[in-house]
Amino acid sequence: MTTIRTRMGDGYAVELSAEEVRADLEAGSADAVRRGKVPPLEESEFDYLFELFAHPSRIMGVEPGHEVVLTKDGSVNTLYSAQLSSGVGLPLGREQCFRVFERAFGFDTMEIGHPDYSFKPVKPIVALEAIGVEQALLSAIIPVFYGAMPNFGLYARPDGPFPNPADLLPRGQIPEAREAQMEMAEACREDMLYVSHVMDEMGADGINFDTTASAGDAEFLATLEAVEELAATTDLAIEVGMAAEFVLGFHGEVEYKGTRLAGMWPHQQVKVVEQAGAHLFGPVVNTNSRKSVPWNVARAVALVKECSRVAEIPIHANVGMGVGGVPMFEVPPSDCLTRASAAMVEIGRVDGL
Amino acid sequence: MGGIRTTGDLVARMQLRKKMRLPEAKKYVADKLGVSIVDLTDSTVMRGLREELGIGVITAVPGAPKGIEAKVRIAELLDVDIPCLKRLGLKQGARTPSASMLSSSVGSERGEVGLP
Repeated sequence: MTTIRTRMGDGYAVELSAEEVRADLEAGSADAVRRGKVPPLEESEFDYLFELFAHPSRIMGVEPGHEVVLTKDGSVNTLYSAQLSSGVGLPLGREQCFRVFERAFGFDTMEIGHPDYSFKPVKPIVALEAIGVEQALLSAIIPVFYGAMPNFGLYARPDGPFPNPADLLPRGQIPEAREAQMEMAEACREDMLYVSHVMDEMGADGINFDTTASAGDAEFLATLEAVEELAATTDLAIEVGMAAEFVLGFHGEVEYKGTRLAGMWPHQQVKVVEQAGAHLFGPVVNTNSRKSVPWNVARAVALVKECSRVAEIPIHANVGMGVGGVPMFEVPPSDCLTRASAAMVEIGRVDGL
Repeated sequence: MGGIRTTGDLVARMQLRKKMRLPEAKKYVADKLGVSIVDLTDSTVMRGLREELGIGVITAVPGAPKGIEAKVRIAELLDVDIPCLKRLGLKQGARTPSASMLSSSVGSERGEVGLP
């Protein structure tokens, strides 16, 4: 019996029968339906995915004319940073890295970012960051983003000034934990606005709020409020990339314009992001490392397809290590990475990756 | 899409500035360039056209517009604001002195003059 070589969500290769691949595709879609309350994939879409995984080619792509725009999180850190950013440690400056992405790799857009990639540590050295953006803008042709994470955790003790909700909640101090999160949200929002306004003054093309809502609904609120003010007062194009498929209810009662944020899935997240005034939305679907890549890809594209369907702004899905159906492995295998990317375009109907 | 090898930067700009979904952004850029959607990602087509339009090419051509100079022409071509140009007081459609100089002296043959 002919088998299909694919991988598990941790990256390790596995041989599956045609029936097993088909069953995993259907099960992945069914899981998206059950958890995200989105429509299942259609029969023709299962056929496409099956052929995608059954094809013996090492890498796959999309039809000519179906190519999509690429934005990138993590900025140029990938080239000069260390393993913490999946970096390869090249002895290059950020501006040099930017030129490499533009002129050697053919990227459509690129970011400048701080090595820590969080707004809070950027604030005291924002002048240095502004210079990096300014230099890139003078020499680059492609759009220049500044990128960073809200990184809510940096605002709680011991890293920040506010009581740590993760300490308060186990002690049953729920009101205190909620109060701390709202104080953290205010400080986080102010840092994001401070840095973003400087980048706007430099003439940056955009700002990327990456890994949004990593600490749940209060962090999501802080970002949405920052987006709302920036959309109204600056020239920045605003990208909001999520941290996970599901907004954690770490606070539980936070609302944005009357909509509860906890428990939102990508097709719901995009509507509040649009409402805030963002220009691009980056949905995330987490990879389950114990399931096969066909299962993960079917689940990811089912969730993102609904997000793309309801969206009015461009959707740039996250497809990389541990998200979008790609294995949770530091060096994502190109056979799976290209298949997940193609599926996200052809079925997920994204505007970018 | 291939960045400045093709038209990835141009399509991206329409998403960023006008919130255009991909099909609309591609059609807008294709119409402005006078090419088909498939041509947008054809580096054979776009290499020559980008040089002719002075909007930046992936290879290092001496004298060809780069950086700000190329972006001034992109703003004019796409009829779109580019924030860093506004900051420098270069309104959409305005030409830098060097860009004007190149337009008059080099034209579409830039890169073939002034070489050592």
